[in-house]
Amino acid sequence: MIAMRWRKDIAYTGWGRALTASGRVARPVTEQEIDTIAPAFGNRRSYGDAPLNDGGAVLDMTAQDRILAFDRKTGLITVEAGVTIGALARILPPQGWLPPVMPGTGIATVGGAVAMDVHGKNHHNTGSFCQHVTALTLLQNGKRRKITPDRDKRLWAATCGGLGQTGIITQVTIQLKRCPGEVMVVTERRVEDWAEHIAHLDASDATYCVGWIDATATGPKLGRGILEEAEIGSGLAPARPKRRSVPLDAPSWALSGPVVRAFNSVYYHRVPATGRTVVRAFEDFFFPLDKIHDWNRLYGKRGFHQFQCVVPLDRADTLRAMLAEIAESGLASPLAVLKRMGDGRAGYLSFPMPGYTLAVDFPNRESARDLIARLENQAIAARGRIYLAKDGLAKGPSVKAMYPEHPEWVAQVMKADPDGKLATDMVRRLDLRRL
Amino acid sequence: MEQTWIILGASSTMARAFMQKLAEQGAGLILAGRRMDDLKTNASDALARGASMAEPIAFDARDPGTFQPVIDLALKQAGQINCAVFVGSMPPQEEIDADPAMLDGVIADSFTGPARFLQMLAPHLEARGSGSIVGVGSVAGDRGRIGNYVYGGAKGGFATYLSGLRNRLGREGVHVMTVKPGPVDTAMTQGMDDLPFMTTPDAVADDILAGLKRGKNVLYTRRIWWPIMTVIRAIPEPVFKKMSI
Repeated sequence: MIAMRWRKDIAYTGWGRALTASGRVARPVTEQEIDTIAPAFGNRRSYGDAPLNDGGAVLDMTAQDRILAFDRKTGLITVEAGVTIGALARILPPQGWLPPVMPGTGIATVGGAVAMDVHGKNHHNTGSFCQHVTALTLLQNGKRRKITPDRDKRLWAATCGGLGQTGIITQVTIQLKRCPGEVMVVTERRVEDWAEHIAHLDASDATYCVGWIDATATGPKLGRGILEEAEIGSGLAPARPKRRSVPLDAPSWALSGPVVRAFNSVYYHRVPATGRTVVRAFEDFFFPLDKIHDWNRLYGKRGFHQFQCVVPLDRADTLRAMLAEIAESGLASPLAVLKRMGDGRAGYLSFPMPGYTLAVDFPNRESARDLIARLENQAIAARGRIYLAKDGLAKGPSVKAMYPEHPEWVAQVMKADPDGKLATDMVRRLDLRRL
Repeated sequence: MEQTWIILGASSTMARAFMQKLAEQGAGLILAGRRMDDLKTNASDALARGASMAEPIAFDARDPGTFQPVIDLALKQAGQINCAVFVGSMPPQEEIDADPAMLDGVIADSFTGPARFLQMLAPHLEARGSGSIVGVGSVAGDRGRIGNYVYGGAKGGFATYLSGLRNRLGREGVHVMTVKPGPVDTAMTQGMDDLPFMTTPDAVADDILAGLKRGKNVLYTRRIWWPIMTVIRAIPEPVFKKMSI
């Protein structure tokens, strides 16, 4: 047995790179090596401070990347927490299966997907990630626990989307979905404004459906974008786009207003006015940005924030007003996404609710931080909520107001980790362990 | 053709990354090492990833009695037989200085154990006229340094052995590739601060597969280590002996 070893004074960040931490990091290769209870992270694809523990210790779980059991007949798979969604999306389709829910990056680990109860482009019909998880193994203070949704209702609900606060997630059992093909057949069409965008999202009966939105378009073009609807197909060969990477931190003008507006216009007009249907590889459809390695460096050294909220179906008007404010600000980046969500959620702090979700990236500047604060207030007023996987700026009282089951989560977390050994920078910033 | 790979030291982090990639290509895997429980998990992982077979088997570089069963298992497989050597141990030099008896174990793990195994395997590959051998050495084997010269000596010996084996087997259609990694982010280097030009097990595995495809004889990974070691090897001994690098 190899003893767990620590590297000291390691600086690290979340994906947004706006918030940083430094401290001891260990990278245990097996679960048995873990001899210290500390916050665990995967590939740190959360944007803000959810994976950070400044001044303390953290466990990097990415070396634990083995598939422990896989039943090809039933589609039940048990994996170590560090297996990435992308690895599963690559390995399983040739064997007839697919992860039921996939977030927008394949680099995210399964452990992280549980801790954030992530959703994908099929949330409206398939629900959230943890709704397909049938068992979890947690390392808590001195004990190892296997939990299931039936036997451990409350602890389960506190763990799914629970920011890793109920124990170190080491193993995850997932009920996979049958995969009837090997490619995605994607229909893309232009939508000219907000009303059309919402109408299309409402009317779509596609398995996978998402809208890219031009968050720089104003006036009558507000809300214009491209609607993507997709199904799994077979017998077709996808075109293979090139992999690229961002080798250096970009200069500050790289994502300035004029550049973003020009990019968005090109992106919009790339799809013909009559729409088109294209064949894509799974990874190109599900993880479009993973092709550009380290794209977060486009935002330069100061990093960026992503704002993502969801508002109830009857408050689409609020979201429209928010988008108008974003477009007027001229601060938005090219990567804005609009999607209709269903009611699927598995935990007390799970993000999804039936409604519309909008995600927009902003460079880390004071004006953007102020704008995000205003957007947050509008989301609360609309009885919506923000996504903790993306957040690095919110205040505790707002988040507690957005998540009415927060008290139930606190009760379970205080039982599971009374000494706060798993507390992260996010948990402290939002004072989440207190009512 | 069906491919079977013997992986010596199959519970090492570097071996795991290599084995996972081979599994996804549908190869058969004989996972040889000391930690049977861990090897069993690696075998489940390999099968789930698409390996045509994956069997754990006991192998200890310091116990030649464990060698023949591994070879017997390989000979039962159809198609081409290949072998990748990931065994090795690197205790801190101070510990060896304090306890010279440790030297035997380091040499057995990194050199004589795997060399004896390959010596036993070689005639079978020769007879089949095909297959590849990947021997993982280290840049530390290119020149003895104050910091780890026993480990370096063992890896250097192994590299010289592999060079000879390549000379022998090359003419029989068997390819031998020597891999010399710099520091790799594995259990072996955990706890060491800021090693230069560090790479990851995943990147090493990619480099090995690419090197095999191109028929490389000696592969430095990362590639920057080739010019670095060329310079270090060229430093005259009177100068080098006063340096601490």
